[in-house]
Formats: sequence, C-alpha cells, structure tokens
Amino acid sequence: MKKTLIKCDDISLGYENMTVLEHVSFELNEGDYLCVVGENGAGKSTLIKCLAGLKKPVSGQIILSPEISRGDVGYLPQQTAIQRDFPASVREVVTSGCLNKSRIIPFYTKADRELALKHMRELGIDGLADRSYRELSGGQQQRVLLARALCASSRLLILDEPVTGLDPVVTSEIYDIIKEFNRTRGMTIIMVSHDVKTAVKSANKILHLKHSVLFFGSTAEYIRSSAGREFIGG
Amino acid sequence: MPEMLSYPFIIRALVVGTLVSLCSALLGVNLVLKRYSMIGDGLSHVAFSAMAVATVMHWAPLWVAIPVVIAASYILLRLSSDSRVSGDSAIALLSTGALAVGIFIISMKSGINTDINNYMFGSVLAVNKSDVSLSVILSLAVLALYVLFYNKIFAVTFDEPFAKATGIRVDFYNMLIAVLTAVTIVLGMRMIGALLISSLIIFPAMSSMRLFKCFRSVVICSAAISVFCFLTGLAASYEYSAPTGASVVIVNIAVFALFCLIDFIKNKDVLKKNNG
Repeated sequence: MKKTLIKCDDISLGYENMTVLEHVSFELNEGDYLCVVGENGAGKSTLIKCLAGLKKPVSGQIILSPEISRGDVGYLPQQTAIQRDFPASVREVVTSGCLNKSRIIPFYTKADRELALKHMRELGIDGLADRSYRELSGGQQQRVLLARALCASSRLLILDEPVTGLDPVVTSEIYDIIKEFNRTRGMTIIMVSHDVKTAVKSANKILHLKHSVLFFGSTAEYIRSSAGREFIGG
Repeated sequence: MPEMLSYPFIIRALVVGTLVSLCSALLGVNLVLKRYSMIGDGLSHVAFSAMAVATVMHWAPLWVAIPVVIAASYILLRLSSDSRVSGDSAIALLSTGALAVGIFIISMKSGINTDINNYMFGSVLAVNKSDVSLSVILSLAVLALYVLFYNKIFAVTFDEPFAKATGIRVDFYNMLIAVLTAVTIVLGMRMIGALLISSLIIFPAMSSMRLFKCFRSVVICSAAISVFCFLTGLAASYEYSAPTGASVVIVNIAVFALFCLIDFIKNKDVLKKNNG
C-alpha cells in the first residue's frame, strides 16, 4: 500500500465572488502521475495554483503528507512575458531553485551550486550554463525550468501546461523527460495538459474537470468512461 | 576640478549622490524587469507633495517624506496586484493626484516658489549638513539589504509563482523592494529633482541590459554606469552652471545611446558571420 501524498477534501476555488471549481475531492499516492484535463476555463490552472500553494481554496482543505511540507514542491508555472526577455544565465535560473533549502543563509552554498550542476547535466543543458536564458529555444527554456524544479524538490513536480508553444518533436522530448522522472525516480507528477491523447499514454491517473470533477480515477477506467470517450474522441 | 572639490556642498552632494546612484541602479534593474519602471515617477511626486507639506509646516522634509512615500509604495503595490486597477493607471492616479495636492498646498503660502523649483528640478545645494549623515546611513542600509537578499530578490523578480510555491515570502520581498525604492527616491529627489529622479532608476538598467546577458553582470554594470554618469554629470553641471539633475540625466542618455550603438554593431557582426 502506497502512502497518500496529497488529499483534496471537497475544495472549492474561485476569484472574488466567482466560483471556478466546486466540490473537488481526490487523493494522490506517492509515485502517481496525474494528468488534469478539461476544456479552456474549466479551472485546471486554478486547481494547480492551489496545489502549488499560490491560492487558498474558498472552502474545503488540501492535506499534504508530513513529508512534503510547503516549499518542497517543484513547480513549473506557465511562462510569463517577463521571462522571455529576462537577462539571466541558465546557471542563475537553475540555482535559484535551491532557495527553499537555504532559508537561513541568504547566499548559495557549494552544495547548492553542485546540485544545480548535477540537474543541468541530467537534462543535458550543462553546456548552456553560461548562456542567457532569453537566447534559448523554447524547448531548452523548459529544460532549464525543469532543472530548477528538480533543485526545489525531488518528490513532487507540478507542471502547468509544460509544452505550450513547442513543436511536436520537442514536445515529445519534454513528455519523455517527465515520464522518466516518474518511472525511474518515483517522483509524483501533477500535470495540466491540453493534449489528452499524450496524457492518456503517460499518466496513471486522470482528473477531468468541468467546473467540478467530471471524472477521477485510473487511466484505464477513464478510457472506458463516457467522459473519456467523448473527450478523447474515439 | 580640484577647485570644485573645495566647496563643502559639492562634497556633500558627491557623497550622497554617489550612494543614491548606486541604490537606484541596483533597484532599477528589478523594477524595469518587473515592469514597474514608472513606480519611481509616481513615488517622487508623492515625495514632492510630502515635502511641500513639510515646508509649509516647517517640519524636517526627510522625516516627513520617507514614511509617506513608503506608505504610498505599499498602496501602489496593493493597487497593482488588485485586478480592478491596472499597474500603470494606479501609478498615474497616484502621481498626478499627489502632484496636484503638493502644488495646492504650496500655493497657499506665497514666497516659496524657489522651493517648488528646487524640488521639481533639483538643486545641488539641497543636501544640507543635517541631512548628510541620515542620507548616508539610509543608503548604506539599502545597499546592505539588497546584497543580503540578492538571491531571493532575483528569484522573486524572475518568477514570482515559482518563488511562492517553493516557500519564499514573495509579498515580503516585493514590499522590501518597494520600501528600498521609496527611501532611495526621497534621498535623491532633492538633488536630482522630482521630475527627473525616475530616470536614475530606468536609464542605467536599460543601458546595461543592452549589452549584458546574465543578471549579475547587468546589476554590476548598471551600478557602474550610474555612478559614472552621476560623477560626470556633477562635474558638467559645475563647469556649465547647469542644474545637476538635468546634467546627470543627459549623461545617462548619452551612455544609453552609446550602448545601443554597440549592441547594434555587435548584432550586425553576428549576422554577417552567420551569413558568411
């Protein structure tokens, strides 16, 4: 029996007076790969922000297992306009993922720098360490942000549409990397995706949202369910 | 030049100006990248208004302006994160509103037009003896806090959601940047002028971003440009009896133009290499 990592207990989410999502309940175990699917405006990103600790639910609660305290989360947000022309080297961006571990010391330690280098090597971007982030291709930028997420956590990775704007080859590369994190390291993955076909291939659990939970369960069940059949399109 | 240094008021301006230029250049990189370029402009108008009140009431200008401007920067950040008022209109509201109040208050008391002029366009004589030590202490504090929190400030500027998810207190660091900016603006505005002080925040950062590609070198280059421009501007203003603020900004414009030119030539070379 695997340990429960995250438990959402009847949460509702919203902005100001508008409720986006209602009555969301689900449980994730260690090593799960959850894909959150649904149409635009279904509340996927809102839920992800809540799981990453950026928003508080309007009602209900999110229970994290004691091992993953707040901050032990590798988060890959959607790219912002600010980042696209931000003058920062790859090394600077990746190392900034270590900040949650060195709360007392304000400067990076040698261990931080080594950890950053290790993750850059794993993602094949150590050769780009001194290049500027804004000069990289979209795929390389996502690798940088993945390396930074690994510096922040080795247990839980939360990704918000990680392949937006990437070409098909790079997209499948990124998906493979994420799958590899899940299979060989046992990292728990929570990913928002538009691309339900790929989601079905890699994830072992699916959460289909449409202002509330349309479906939650294993991928095999999802493919047979009416929600799944309709969304995947046969 | 040696003759210039024999005046105590020039020495005072030199010390305070150099420190303020350093602070504004460092913070400027973050503000420009966070799309808060105009925050300096808004805050300097608030500072103008606060100093107008202080002059009329015969209070010490710095002691009134600093807390008021810190409060204003807090309100600005709150307004900007509120989706109903967008960042740039929030700054425009505060900036013009504060200016109007300041002018109204000053006009109620006649005979202080020189003060308005000095606050608007700056005066090298504005740094008096009693302010020097306070200015030095405050700007050193700004520098120390910036260096101490450099990594976290970088993380918050580059990617706020990620920083928040990893447990960095994003609101605290945003507030810190705002407070440090507020203090820097108040210290610099009397010498550089309320209308011109925000250029000290924007120009060095924009110039160094033309040529440098990693954050640390942008910050260091920005600080160097800022100090160089201030010293050159101060010397020029002494030589030509021109207002210090305007002289410093003109040197900044020249450096910006030069950096744009170098960037242009570099890119052209790269293109040539790639084509041939």
